[in-house]
Amino acid sequence: MVFLLLRRLVQTALILLGVAAITFLLLYALPADPARMIAGRSATAQTVANIRRELGLDQPLLVQFWSYLQGLFQGDLGRSYAQKTDVGALIAARLPATLILMAAGIAVEVVLGVFLGVLAAVRRGGFVDRAVMMASFVGVSAPQFVAALLLLYVFAVTLAWFPMSGFGTPAHVVLPALTLGVLGAGWYARMVRSAMIDVLNQDYVRTARAKGLSSARIIFRHALPNALLPIIAMIGIDIGQFMSGVVVVEAVYGWPGIGQLAWQAIQQVDIPIIMGVTLVSALAIVLGNLIADILAPLVDPRIRAR
Amino acid sequence: MRAIKTMIRQPAALFGLIVVALVVLLAIAAPLIAPYSPDEQMFDGLTLEGAPLPPSAQFLLGTDTLGRDLFSRLLYGARTSLVIGLVANGVAVTIGLLIGILSGYMRGIVGGALMRFTDLMMAFPALLLAIVLAALLRPSLWIVAMVIALVNWVQVARIVYTETRGLVERDFILAERSLGAGHGRILFHHILPHLVPTAIVWGTLGIATTVLLEATLSFLGIGVQPPTPSWGNIIFESQSYFQAAPWLVFIPGAVILLTALSFNLVGDALRDILDPTQRGRG
Repeated sequence: MVFLLLRRLVQTALILLGVAAITFLLLYALPADPARMIAGRSATAQTVANIRRELGLDQPLLVQFWSYLQGLFQGDLGRSYAQKTDVGALIAARLPATLILMAAGIAVEVVLGVFLGVLAAVRRGGFVDRAVMMASFVGVSAPQFVAALLLLYVFAVTLAWFPMSGFGTPAHVVLPALTLGVLGAGWYARMVRSAMIDVLNQDYVRTARAKGLSSARIIFRHALPNALLPIIAMIGIDIGQFMSGVVVVEAVYGWPGIGQLAWQAIQQVDIPIIMGVTLVSALAIVLGNLIADILAPLVDPRIRAR
Repeated sequence: MRAIKTMIRQPAALFGLIVVALVVLLAIAAPLIAPYSPDEQMFDGLTLEGAPLPPSAQFLLGTDTLGRDLFSRLLYGARTSLVIGLVANGVAVTIGLLIGILSGYMRGIVGGALMRFTDLMMAFPALLLAIVLAALLRPSLWIVAMVIALVNWVQVARIVYTETRGLVERDFILAERSLGAGHGRILFHHILPHLVPTAIVWGTLGIATTVLLEATLSFLGIGVQPPTPSWGNIIFESQSYFQAAPWLVFIPGAVILLTALSFNLVGDALRDILDPTQRGRG
């Protein structure tokens, strides 16, 4: 168990190293010269050369990668071209907003997904089941930005129940979290349904039924806890999907998180910021999967026994 | 043929099949059907105040903020989306097949390294990686297709890898090997044919993902560049007017949803037909 955990930690460290190598190579392969981007269009060749020396861009590739890694360990993600400030600080300032949105969105996904998945499994093959399956397909086929604009149009413009955009009160988080959560719930519903169907066919459920327990008790006390286990791994995997969605949803709702930061950076071709957000997202994905792997045996004794 | 017959009996799959056929047909016949040129800014396409026109008999789906006919732009946009869908996804499935089959067949350093690289790529959020690549490479239609391909091959590679690993262990491969068949013959004559169903399923499901990714990139302004119409950049161009002219956002949005949904439904039905063990599962 401890050995497995250690192995997993080493794997995670190696993946993070690979992630850093890929982002570094992408920056290096950049057709635009970073020194030129910082100096501006009208700078002299001498100024550009000075900046290049200052940034260490005249050093060999491996030396540059080493200093890039050293920087990453100290939280140095480079400097923004447009805002002339530290990318690490910009991201750190906006991370809390994204985490709030993420927590709310995943909560909507899980609650809705579990509810619909159980409903579909219990009514397997019936109308409800087919409707839930169809809805989950629609959810994963809908472009997030269109869903965001639709919710905005119906609930903010027409009905005026929620604010158009911004941040600060609980009302602000409702529409962005619903956009991410409702669309993403489809995957959870499918998975819970399939897990529930497996569990409901097992002998111990038949035993519970034979003992005369009520359907509700069997479904919620006996079957559901076992069917919920895959959800933990699912959330770990889902973080990747989520970080992608966050860019679009934060852009539409003006939510001041790292997604909006990336979106603003796209307009100004501010590569260090886009790269920083990508790096932080990759870190979130890798850590999310690691945490899911660590939690699974804690929750499920069967995995611990293996 | 059998696949098509089975599909026609399922309402959802049939619906998907009809929509896919319709979109393909409309895209091919766009020059014949489109009432106006997609780029023509018409004088009578705007109100006196310069606002876009809602749907009417003259402009079936209304006009956009520059006085262009939305219906014509959507028809030509279908071409963009389908071309990107086919090219990007074709390349993605090819790369995925190649890397998956090689890493599944080859033991040792090469196979392991290829799979570790695939794992590494999975640690990046697809959209953000695509954004980075698109921002680095000043997008054109073909660049967007390549960017999407570079992001989307990963999942195919993973699945092909798992299937190849299973196939390599099977007796008929062992028999071939003991008869003296070379690696090339085993790979291309015996393993590849078994992966065709997987490639077809992911080739179809992948088009849905591609259409969505292209639309999202274009919506963020780093996909297909105007004036070339794409479903995503039609929304990108008019999103700030969406309160006054909601049709400019929601009609293209509905078209994207319907197309992605249909490719997903057809792909899912194909998976059921080609791989009966997965039937009725998530």
